[in-house]
Amino acid sequence: MPPVSPARVNDFSIKIATVNGTGSASANTLLMKSIFRSGIPVMGKNYFPSNIQGLPTWYEIRVTRDGHVARSGKIELMVAMNPETYARDVKEVEPGGYLLYDSTWPRPALLKREDITVLGVPLAQLCNENFNGVRTRILMKNICYAGVLAALLDLDLEHIRTLLAETYAKKPQLVESNMKAIQLGYDHARTHFQCPLPLRVEKMDRTAGHIMIDGNTAAALGCIFAGATVAAWYPITPSTSLMDAFKMFADRMRVDPATGRKNFAFIQAEDELAAIGMVIGAMWNGARAFTATSGPGISLMNEFLGLAYYAEVPAVIFDIQRVGPSTGMPTRTQQGDIMLCAYASHGDTRHVCLYPSDPEECFYMAVQAFDLAERLQTPVMVLSDLDIGMNDWMCRDLKWDDSYRPDRGKLLGKEEVLKLEKFYRFIDKDGDGITYRTLPGVHPKASYFTRGSGHNQYGAYTEDSADYQAVLDRLMKKWASARRYLPRAVIDATAGSQVGIVSVGSGDGAIREAMDVLRERGVALDYMRIRAFPFTEDVEKFLAAHELLFVVEQNRDAQLRSLLTLETAVDKSKLRSLLHYSGLSISSSFIVEGVLAELAPGERAQPTGAAHG
Amino acid sequence: MTFIAKPKVQHPSLPKNALGFTRRDYEGALSTLCAGCGHDSITAAIVEASWGLDIEPQNMVKLSGIGCSSKTTAYFVSGGHGFNSVHGRMPSIAMGANAANRQLSYIGVSGDGDTLSIGLGQFCHAIRRNLNMLYIIENNGVYGLTKGQFSASADVGTKAKKGETNFQPPIDPVLLAMTLGATFVARSFSGDKQQLVPLIQAGLMHQGFALIDVLSPCVTFNDHEGSTKSYAYTREHYEPAVHADFVPLEREISVDYKEGETVPVVMHDGSRIVLRKLDAAYDPTNRTSAAAQIQERMKAGEYLTGLLYVDVEPQKGAFHFVNNTPDEPLNSIPYEALSPGSQGLKKALARYR
Repeated sequence: MPPVSPARVNDFSIKIATVNGTGSASANTLLMKSIFRSGIPVMGKNYFPSNIQGLPTWYEIRVTRDGHVARSGKIELMVAMNPETYARDVKEVEPGGYLLYDSTWPRPALLKREDITVLGVPLAQLCNENFNGVRTRILMKNICYAGVLAALLDLDLEHIRTLLAETYAKKPQLVESNMKAIQLGYDHARTHFQCPLPLRVEKMDRTAGHIMIDGNTAAALGCIFAGATVAAWYPITPSTSLMDAFKMFADRMRVDPATGRKNFAFIQAEDELAAIGMVIGAMWNGARAFTATSGPGISLMNEFLGLAYYAEVPAVIFDIQRVGPSTGMPTRTQQGDIMLCAYASHGDTRHVCLYPSDPEECFYMAVQAFDLAERLQTPVMVLSDLDIGMNDWMCRDLKWDDSYRPDRGKLLGKEEVLKLEKFYRFIDKDGDGITYRTLPGVHPKASYFTRGSGHNQYGAYTEDSADYQAVLDRLMKKWASARRYLPRAVIDATAGSQVGIVSVGSGDGAIREAMDVLRERGVALDYMRIRAFPFTEDVEKFLAAHELLFVVEQNRDAQLRSLLTLETAVDKSKLRSLLHYSGLSISSSFIVEGVLAELAPGERAQPTGAAHG
Repeated sequence: MTFIAKPKVQHPSLPKNALGFTRRDYEGALSTLCAGCGHDSITAAIVEASWGLDIEPQNMVKLSGIGCSSKTTAYFVSGGHGFNSVHGRMPSIAMGANAANRQLSYIGVSGDGDTLSIGLGQFCHAIRRNLNMLYIIENNGVYGLTKGQFSASADVGTKAKKGETNFQPPIDPVLLAMTLGATFVARSFSGDKQQLVPLIQAGLMHQGFALIDVLSPCVTFNDHEGSTKSYAYTREHYEPAVHADFVPLEREISVDYKEGETVPVVMHDGSRIVLRKLDAAYDPTNRTSAAAQIQERMKAGEYLTGLLYVDVEPQKGAFHFVNNTPDEPLNSIPYEALSPGSQGLKKALARYR
């Protein structure tokens, strides 16, 4: 008999191992949403292959009464539905944990582990007896394990029924067949096992005022609310769902009810070079335009990004980062484009970057990106990643202020141009490095020539050293002015410690959880999450105020640390890197262990490989 | 140099168009190309064509990539915005700009290197989208700014200035555009203003992708004996097949045409292109037979010129028609009509609860 697991109500992780293309995504969403609707905070992470059908895939659900948003790094219940990965799945279960598998084909030897409880349910057999058709049987087998879990964890079947009814509103017969599969699993578990397990859920009231949404959907909504009308893109994982979501929302909310005409243009480009070219052309011509891509796409866009920087054309680019270099692992997450985006293109170029940490921030930063791009007349890159972009996160309800109006920046209309004796594109009238622009079609007096070749402040071609340099220097002045408009860092200095953590983006949840754990262990830390590049003044101050700083990021080369050493006055030796680059999102335990190893070497827990940590 | 402004003094007796503008109002900065460059003649033809069409200068958007040809967008219609972008990528800039405002006239000027080598992909896809623009290739078979390398339009057997022979077959933009489904395909010669000016006018008025491949000799690197893109060679092998006259809405057809020789094409605004067939067997509205004849004549060493193919209903496949965008430019739709507001957000979020 394995040791009895202590009751862990609303605080455990489930991992579900299945085969890609077998419909497990619906089962997993069903489980997660029903927990969410029971008022319990929940986190879901999808580890899927770059494949359409046949390769192994995992889904991790963390039930977390304390509202953590990162992985715990530990699995208490494994649903092993893929014999191909049994060996590694069995190993991953925590001592005292559980493993559920399809016992239609018993595997006692392979699944043998003294310290866990193995629960076998003949899922395939149950479904073969109750459903017809090969495909249906495969799909229902996955819905069936959701039924088993509902019994084991004490999930509310009514939530499941409601969710199915919402999902299949247009196909009621599917509600019935799915519910039948749920009931099969549920009844079998209740008959054969002692339900519920000590790992179980219990209703709470901690999800009101929250939604479960992925970052790509939230960013797409942000683009709708920003008033974007031109979307150009080339399909690439993990950014594609952002464009799909924009299309879905636009088809619903941007079609003129009277005429049926679409108040947006959606253009699937031939490649990323064309996609960014279209965005630049559209924003040059006064429409709000954007593209979404990932690392390989940013690599291709470099030349155009340099043009937009130098010719001062606004553009909005969402980089949903994935694992590099090269093709890398397209369906795994990383923060590998921090340096690439900051200085993309040849010559002296630098770009405004925003670093959202979750879907909620993706929504607000999407809107802000358009305002910044037009205010600063330059490309703005929003660096999300696969973890934020493609996983459903529980986050606060998105709010909208109806008084919002787009900031078009220094854009002159016809009347304003007519008042001028002459219009010149690059004269720094206000002394902030930001000049005035006009749109084609306004008036012959407003016309100017946009070029990526050397130009003077009048916009004319030049090869004169002084004229060329004057423009380049003004661009640096504009760069300094940009800081005024950028979101400041989020700083938690309540600990008043000499030691701090510095990070960007999606590591935020894991860091905050790690800080709680560390505090309980007597290590109180300050924390700064940087939200924009160029770095705002508060970043410099925080760096100066601490003696030791852990720079937590998800890449091998310490890119954020490099950027900090290049762009601030920080003493390099104060910066210690905690680097997580396995392709899975960073866990709190990885950070706790890393910090303790540095601060109190004796206290270090057993090292965990990055692949699991 | 381009930053030297031309004197603005105008002779009072210069003829004016319907908007009260003289040809001078459609000029741009001084050209910095070599004296005698074919490209400058094309620039002059664009000035003449725009003046004759009574286009408001600010409604003309000039786009280009990189190369000698791409510089020329600075040399005409200074009252219109220009965008000299990156090498081979002008079509994507044009696509974005056109998506933002479908009401302006877009003219792209490119070269054979910019279009047929580095920019071949974007050129093809602009045709696939039937992007409403006039796309002029100033085709001289060589790279000028980098001193005379062969381009992808160089013919087999043609000789470079330094004596080298080209052995790779050329990509012909006209045949390529025909097979990709372009709705307006023309070829002309920079030395034939009579033919070129009405073609540019028709191309600007065409509601879809209009291509004019203009043979435009490079006086510095490709105008020697042994070159198939020299002035002398082009004059000798150039064969007008269809002459296009552009007839604005308010003007009567003043030229006498013999019956059976002409094909009138009515444009979206009621103006017409009258195609005069110089070769009775040639049908410029039949893509298949036209392409076959162009190819046959090319084998015989002749370039058929004029408006070689035209689709009389081009707007059906045009980008905005397919996308079903409103007539009003997307860049001028008020924000209030674009934002679903807080109530809309609430509705959109219902499925995420």
